[in-house]
Amino acid sequence: MRVAVVVVWLLAGPVGSASAAERPPPGATSCAGCHAEGAAMGAIEGRPEADIAAALAEYRSGVRPASVMSRIAKGFSEEESRAIAAYLARQGQP
Amino acid sequence: MTTTRRALLATGAALALARPALAQAAAKVVVIGGGFGGATAARVLNRGGLDVTLVEVSPTYVSCPFSNEVIAGLQPMAAQRFGYEGLARAGIQVVHAAATGIEAGPRQVTLADGTALAYDRLVLSPGIDLRFDAIPGYDAAAAERMPHAWKAGAQTLLLARQLAAMPDGGTVVLAVPGNPYRCPPGPYERASLIAHVLKTTKPRAKLILLDAKDTFSKQRLFQSAWKALYPTQLEYVPLAEGGQVSAVDPDAMIVRTDFSDYKADVACIIPPQRAGRIAVVAGVADRSGWCPIDPVTFESRLVPGIHVIGDAAIAGAMPKSAFSANVQAKVCADAVIDLLAGRAPGTPKLINTCYSLVAPGYGISIAGVYHPAGGVLADVEGAGGISPLDAPMALREQEALYAADWYRTITRQVFG
Repeated sequence: MRVAVVVVWLLAGPVGSASAAERPPPGATSCAGCHAEGAAMGAIEGRPEADIAAALAEYRSGVRPASVMSRIAKGFSEEESRAIAAYLARQGQP
Repeated sequence: MTTTRRALLATGAALALARPALAQAAAKVVVIGGGFGGATAARVLNRGGLDVTLVEVSPTYVSCPFSNEVIAGLQPMAAQRFGYEGLARAGIQVVHAAATGIEAGPRQVTLADGTALAYDRLVLSPGIDLRFDAIPGYDAAAAERMPHAWKAGAQTLLLARQLAAMPDGGTVVLAVPGNPYRCPPGPYERASLIAHVLKTTKPRAKLILLDAKDTFSKQRLFQSAWKALYPTQLEYVPLAEGGQVSAVDPDAMIVRTDFSDYKADVACIIPPQRAGRIAVVAGVADRSGWCPIDPVTFESRLVPGIHVIGDAAIAGAMPKSAFSANVQAKVCADAVIDLLAGRAPGTPKLINTCYSLVAPGYGISIAGVYHPAGGVLADVEGAGGISPLDAPMALREQEALYAADWYRTITRQVFG
């Protein structure tokens, strides 16, 4: 165990402090390809977590009609969707 | 102690011994290729606190997405061109030079002028090279008569000019390669928009679409739209009906298959492709011409320390698209940041969405969600698919709007 810790420390050497930044959950970085201010798809970063989670759940179940999001949301579990919602809600905030 | 841990310790110790002066410095990452993949990777790596150099030979990027609209006269070429000032302003060192050598041992890139760039990790996003050895008669000189227009730029403008100059009653031949190739639905969008031009400006002219395969992306959506919109303009010839091009004669403007010779007034030949040349130089391309990668980190299966993203990579079920390249770049860059910090990268999920126009105001799409499974990027079951076949026109209009907005968003994000 001690060896592993040393290895991690050595490998961590050359990187700046920014490396400690939050890692995005699976899938979360894909969203900004379409979702932005001024686009028909609308920005989602910084929106309330509960709203994003609810929208993803409704797209997944088919309750909310959509052209593309219904197809994408089905690729994520409830837990994954909640993690994405939490991450996106935190983006774009000071 | 496991072998892996022993190897890690050895690597870590060697790094520490070899580079004591770098202990406080940011790790160096070189990115080669400034398209949707490479430019995105450079941005994410830069935001992650790394010392990033982007090597791109051209001072201006010309986007392939929406270049079919330029060919059809629906979009000006100026809307396809992007500079690298935005990346430079973000703190990325942008070097406009050709990378000519890669030494994976000492981890060094050599540029055409002899400059050497050291890297801790290297990201290759080289795009495609067109195979001018695949179709007899179709070489770089032939492409000046029969443009491929599959790398946007002068070729796009050449095809647009030829199309505009073609007399009514002329024949356009468009040849599509077998899989895999850049932008799977792209040839069919191009066929659609050329058919739109013929229908609206040259009603007696015709497009013959020769395909080296029998099935293609968004096929039912395209074919149902063609039937409705272009019943007399567009003739589709799949592989089973002799669609594979066996040779071309650019002087006589003849496109040959095993079954027929097609005399063309305008011929667009999209040849088979492979990963961009630098992938071969780096030793990361396999015998298929493409680059096998780890689906979590996009690190080459063939050369450690080199990651490959975008069209050049063998990304399993993910199509070779700008959207894919952008998403892969983010996942790869996050993995590189983790690896350089000694953390294990998490298992990613990736999304792709591709829009195509079959006519102005008539958009269709395909989407997919992907995850590492069995050593490759596989479809997440139950997700993805194409636009509904029986949708009202309002949805087609909405997807055309989404296509345009996606293009504006992605190009701003990557180059803005």
